[in-house]
Amino acid sequence: MSDLQEGRSGRPNRSDESTTQSPDEETQLPSRRRKVAGRLIRNRLALLGSGIVLALVLTALFAPYIAPYDPVEQDYAALEQPPSLEHPFGTDTLGRDVFSRVVFGAKYAVFLGLVIVGFEMLLGVTLGLVAGYYGGMVESVIMRVVDVALSIPGVVLALAIAGMLGGGLIPLVIAISLVGWRGFTRLVRGDVKGVMEEEYIDAAKGAGVSDARLIVQHILPNVASSIIVYATLTIPTVILWAAGLSFLGMGVSPPTPEWGALIANGRGEIDDAWWISTFPGLAIMVTVIGFNVLGDGLRDALDPRQSEL
Amino acid sequence: MTDPLLAIDDLHVHFHTEEGTVEALDGVDLEVYGDEVVGVIGESGCGKTVTMLSVMGLLQSPPAEVVGGSIRYDGRDLLTCSESELNEIRGEEISMIYQDPMTSLNPVLTVGRQVSEVLLAHRDISKRDARERSVEMLDACGLADPERLMDEYPHSLSGGMRQRVMIAMALVTEPNLLIADEPTTALDVTIQAQVMEVLRELRSDHEVSIVFITHDLPLVSEIADRIAVMYAGTVAETCSVERLFDRPLHPYTRKLTESIPKLDQPATRLPSIDGTVPSLVDPPDGCRFASRCPQFIGEECRSVTPALTDVSGTGRHEVACHLYTDVSEASPPWPVDDEDRTAQQPTAETDDGGRR
Amino acid sequence: MSTQERTTDTDGERPDDPIVRVHELEKHFPIKGGILQRTVGHVRAVDGVSFDIQTGETLGLVGESGCGKSTLGRTMARLEEATSGSVEFDGRDVTTASKRELKAIRRNVQMIFQDPASSLNPRMTVSQIITEPMRSLTDWSKSKREDRLYQLIEEVGLSKAHLSRAPHEFSGGQQQRVAIARALSVNPQFVIADEPTSALDVSVQADILNLLKDLQDEYDLTYLFISHDLSVVRHISDRVMVMYLGEVAEIAPTERLFDAPKHPYTRALLSSIPRASAGAMDDRIVLEGTVPSPEDPPDGCRFHPRCQEYIGEVCERTDPEVEPVDGRADHVCACHHY
Repeated sequence: MSDLQEGRSGRPNRSDESTTQSPDEETQLPSRRRKVAGRLIRNRLALLGSGIVLALVLTALFAPYIAPYDPVEQDYAALEQPPSLEHPFGTDTLGRDVFSRVVFGAKYAVFLGLVIVGFEMLLGVTLGLVAGYYGGMVESVIMRVVDVALSIPGVVLALAIAGMLGGGLIPLVIAISLVGWRGFTRLVRGDVKGVMEEEYIDAAKGAGVSDARLIVQHILPNVASSIIVYATLTIPTVILWAAGLSFLGMGVSPPTPEWGALIANGRGEIDDAWWISTFPGLAIMVTVIGFNVLGDGLRDALDPRQSEL
Repeated sequence: MTDPLLAIDDLHVHFHTEEGTVEALDGVDLEVYGDEVVGVIGESGCGKTVTMLSVMGLLQSPPAEVVGGSIRYDGRDLLTCSESELNEIRGEEISMIYQDPMTSLNPVLTVGRQVSEVLLAHRDISKRDARERSVEMLDACGLADPERLMDEYPHSLSGGMRQRVMIAMALVTEPNLLIADEPTTALDVTIQAQVMEVLRELRSDHEVSIVFITHDLPLVSEIADRIAVMYAGTVAETCSVERLFDRPLHPYTRKLTESIPKLDQPATRLPSIDGTVPSLVDPPDGCRFASRCPQFIGEECRSVTPALTDVSGTGRHEVACHLYTDVSEASPPWPVDDEDRTAQQPTAETDDGGRR
Repeated sequence: MSTQERTTDTDGERPDDPIVRVHELEKHFPIKGGILQRTVGHVRAVDGVSFDIQTGETLGLVGESGCGKSTLGRTMARLEEATSGSVEFDGRDVTTASKRELKAIRRNVQMIFQDPASSLNPRMTVSQIITEPMRSLTDWSKSKREDRLYQLIEEVGLSKAHLSRAPHEFSGGQQQRVAIARALSVNPQFVIADEPTSALDVSVQADILNLLKDLQDEYDLTYLFISHDLSVVRHISDRVMVMYLGEVAEIAPTERLFDAPKHPYTRALLSSIPRASAGAMDDRIVLEGTVPSPEDPPDGCRFHPRCQEYIGEVCERTDPEVEPVDGRADHVCACHHY
């Protein structure tokens, strides 16, 4: 096999025959991206995942146009109605349209997923880069903090933080972010260690490249793909956590149509009005599956061993 | 002439990849006779490893696909054998040693277990006999204190020792054919010398044919009787070692032998080959060396694939080049460096040194 | 005892104008062990090496894996911190240079690595890769950098059309050309080439060796050429240094080292090279055993357990000094025979 691979790398100048423009020093590498995109499209499951995620994002963006009712408007003439043409997902104990509430819930799911994962990445990736790059004492200290943090069960930690800060959206974001960054740190630090073994890092040092530029220009792009995959796979976890904490009453406050809160809301009526909890639950499930499948697909598409072959 | 032990005939192998179909082998012909050492040389991507993996039935499919040709071993066509028939042949009659001795031994099993396992799989013998036989083989491969070694794990062995263990494993069943794929590339030169010594001794003690795959022409000339030169999925030339140095015919072979820095020659500018190996995805028609060939003779080179033909009449010297299609004009009429565009210095003196 | 003292004392045959002086250089790597990761020993990768390199010459450095040749090169480029000793480049000590001094040194000392596939960042374009040292080490304007870039890419045998491509689109030989262009972009005086052709095919190797020679002529470069391949070293070097287990075994002008090798290790090494001529194997010296671990090198002469010319207890007890042989200042050897 190695024979074959070398044979193929021994065949230069195939793609981008047209690239003869001036060599802008910041030129990107389109051929690789195109390859990754091509691979992703060929993977049926990943395509399904992307479809679900896209649908979710569109739903979140255009919620007011999609939802037939105001999600918080109470209609005492239609309490606990089963699914019908008028109310596809039925209505809840206060006569609110469950479908509209689920649609608006997508806004919260997307917002919480992105913002929380964003915070986790900011903290986790930065610490991981620093730990992996500098090594020694710096690394030991950071990794010991990670170890200690990991030894506390996440739920307990998140509940404690959320409880301390009181309920609401911001405390929810902070609580989950403070639990989730540790995974990013571990992942990035390990990857950085691997990249540091590569000769191009030595070459860059020999070229007098500063630490900051080395980290940002040379190391980060080479660990980016695993960060992207991990982030994609973390979003559903975060959505689940947010729903869980809201379910337990530590998240967003009652009238807000957050999925976890919706499930909690219908909890007491599950025997009489199963639709109140079930539809938000299905929404969570589909979303989680969508992100997971997309994440797996991304991993396959970005896997360096695959991209070589 | 007796029948060859191994006869590869017009073998075509394709690899289906994202970027299209790689025509890795394009009509490879190669014969190995009993008790003969054939050196297969060529640069990366020339298909030498793919050819031997096809013989072993170890090509991964997909992406690989054998699209044509035959591989006859001792009268049987290996390409049509079932997996179980192949398993009987592999290890028992044909063995292979690989380039990297660090990864080709299982780290969690003792050396003894791994060597005797081959025997137990293929022979109906007791564990005790298998062990005894393994110890003898390790000893024959120049490993000191083989009894103790049997209970060691691979990690405590140096690269050279591991490669000798690999050789012992390959030869313990006394196969008729040993395929050695760059067996010394990963080793230091003094260790390489040790391993080559072992191979030479084993060869004279056991009647085994060896196919020695390498990119190192001087190295293979130490052990081989005959050399096959491969280029871009085809066999360019096969001949005896002596003839390869005295009278290489294919322009690629000549260029290749010249571009090797030689110890017994003053430092001159090295002749090199212009251009690069053509893409094997949608390769050019005709001779695959045509675009780089210093003796390009015209349209024929670009349109007709030259067949591997015997040019010597008597001995076995085959070459795939249109320069020699007319056997009556077989002897090359020009000095080697005449048309060299890059080198100025090479003189008669360097020529003599290389082709003595 | 260093060789440079000798070459200055005695009248050598070459002009004595060293650009690099390495004095008693040591690089030991700690071995961590146990739960607490305490240092339990040292790998003495480079263990007291002294030599110098004359301006404009190519010094070949050969030895087997684990002899410390790569570590020596990396320490000289300050990619590793020296344990002790000094590496003087143009009178400045590389091993103790401050960050700013190091920048100035690095403009003149560049490195080419073994594996071109690994030494080029896969996420950068060729033009980014080649201009990197100019950005970091010089205050050249963007247009000056571009001029240099255009000039270099042609000089190493590639074209402007290649500049916006990624490294993986190139063959090994072309990748190594890019790496050479990167090293030469800041007009260095001294280039450390660590096995620059060992990952390449022979015909490509010839191209790269020719290119290195051409560039040396054009830019008056001084090379330290590290390789395990004696044929290549012979081809490109003016002088050759042989290392064994972190120490210098022998240094001599190329012709002399190959015609009249003194150290038993050099001789064994030379005789191990496969030769394309018949009868070459008859007088081969096949060494016993393998290179001992540099964690725990043998006492005395480090080569004595494998030496075919072992002369007695002195070999086991005393580490031989690197001394001139045959009364020639330019040929030194560490062996009790002489």
